[in-house]
Amino acid sequence: MQPLERYASLLDDYDAFRTACERPLPSVVRVNTLKASIERARDALDAEGVAYEATDWHPGVLRLDERGPGTSWPYFHGWLHGQEEVSALPALALDPQPGEVVWDACAAPGSKTTQIADLMDDTGVLVGNDNNLGRLSALRHNAERLGITNLAVTNQDARNFSFKPFGDRTEDEKRIEAFDRALVDAPCSCEGTIRKNPDALARWSMEHVKGIVGIQKGILRRAIQATRPGGTVVYSTCTFAPEENEAVLDHALDEANCEIVEWDAPEGFETDPGITEWNGEEYDSSVELAHRVYPHRNDTGGFFCAKLEVTA
Amino acid sequence: MTDANDSDAGTNDATPPENDGQRFDRLPATAAERVVPGRPTREEVVGWWEQRYGVPPETWEGHTFWEKGNGKLWAFAADVVSPIAVEGLGLRILRTRQEHWKPSTNAVQRFATEATKNVVVLDGDEATRFAKGEDQELPRWDGDWGYVVAAHEIAGAVEPIGVGLYLHGELRSTVPKGRREDLS
Repeated sequence: MQPLERYASLLDDYDAFRTACERPLPSVVRVNTLKASIERARDALDAEGVAYEATDWHPGVLRLDERGPGTSWPYFHGWLHGQEEVSALPALALDPQPGEVVWDACAAPGSKTTQIADLMDDTGVLVGNDNNLGRLSALRHNAERLGITNLAVTNQDARNFSFKPFGDRTEDEKRIEAFDRALVDAPCSCEGTIRKNPDALARWSMEHVKGIVGIQKGILRRAIQATRPGGTVVYSTCTFAPEENEAVLDHALDEANCEIVEWDAPEGFETDPGITEWNGEEYDSSVELAHRVYPHRNDTGGFFCAKLEVTA
Repeated sequence: MTDANDSDAGTNDATPPENDGQRFDRLPATAAERVVPGRPTREEVVGWWEQRYGVPPETWEGHTFWEKGNGKLWAFAADVVSPIAVEGLGLRILRTRQEHWKPSTNAVQRFATEATKNVVVLDGDEATRFAKGEDQELPRWDGDWGYVVAAHEIAGAVEPIGVGLYLHGELRSTVPKGRREDLS
């Protein structure tokens, strides 16, 4: 767990952070309200004797006491979806509205995508993209199990995503040429998933971080370009590395038409602000509006999330 | 074809266009607008769900219907250009272009909650066997043969589990391998 020592200077309770990183994560499910109300899903779990506890900050995000989410009737019916607690954050920051046109740039396997569809009440157009065809089948499987019908699945490199399949630059009145909102849940070094996957950092290297930063910048740039002025872009990773987080936002602020906007994490969910300085580099002061999620704060995985508005 | 409501994109050549399995094409509204031979119409699909399962036609008001592959039909919650070359478009609801149309497990779970016909309500053990993918004797059913909606009572209401094939006193589970679960 060498990489995590880099963050000792950012935390006044580093020991608590390290201890939390060594604990396994609880099994967590999100209620899919497209198919069942939170109350009905809970009733079904109660009837089966599956013990759970609602999280402090979201009535539809439930921590199960024991067994995996797959072996219960409400799961079979698509009322529940296994989703790590902290990963429910970016879709809430995105705040998609029914009827909008929304892009999930790195969608597979689809926990956040299906949550976005739920927030859109399964209306409008949700474009779920991923560059990996194998993982796309998992996305489709999950979306269909949850009964989602507003999802169009595409297989493109998000860095140069094309609207061509959607009739871009034609006269067709049904063409799509811009998104109202976009989520960039970027590929990353996954330091924050250590509690789920203890091997997550086995192949960590600064070279890998540097390589992936280029991809993150490319996807975020394309998301900002593809979103209409006034629209929203959310950038998230499951890592702590400032090189992949604040530095990528700082680069986007320099290069693209956007600004970081304030977004309050849900009540009962504790986050730390983005950092403006790292290893001698200084970042735009607005990166403080981003959210760092450390495992010991809410007993979750680690995460990073920022909300941007596209400017003209 | 210039009618924007008819996406059965084709030309006026002597040979009719064939179904292109690699892309999604919107279904024609009615038989009069059909261009690709064998392609079901929206009217037929809505009518089939109503006639076979009593699913009210209003269920589909917000959805467009699409064909991709050989008779695989999808329901999408919005409208987009047709044809459209994407990997997925909404939910796969129905397999046509065969003697008996077959709904998908996911479609029945999502859209057959208001079904009134050909719904086989299973007891606890029967439902568990069905979800596991097992076939079972079910001599008490005196409804139609063919594809039925298998359902059970959960959390205060009857909920569809999936699609059964009822033949000769036997209910066969068509729950796909990737969705089977041992819930005993």
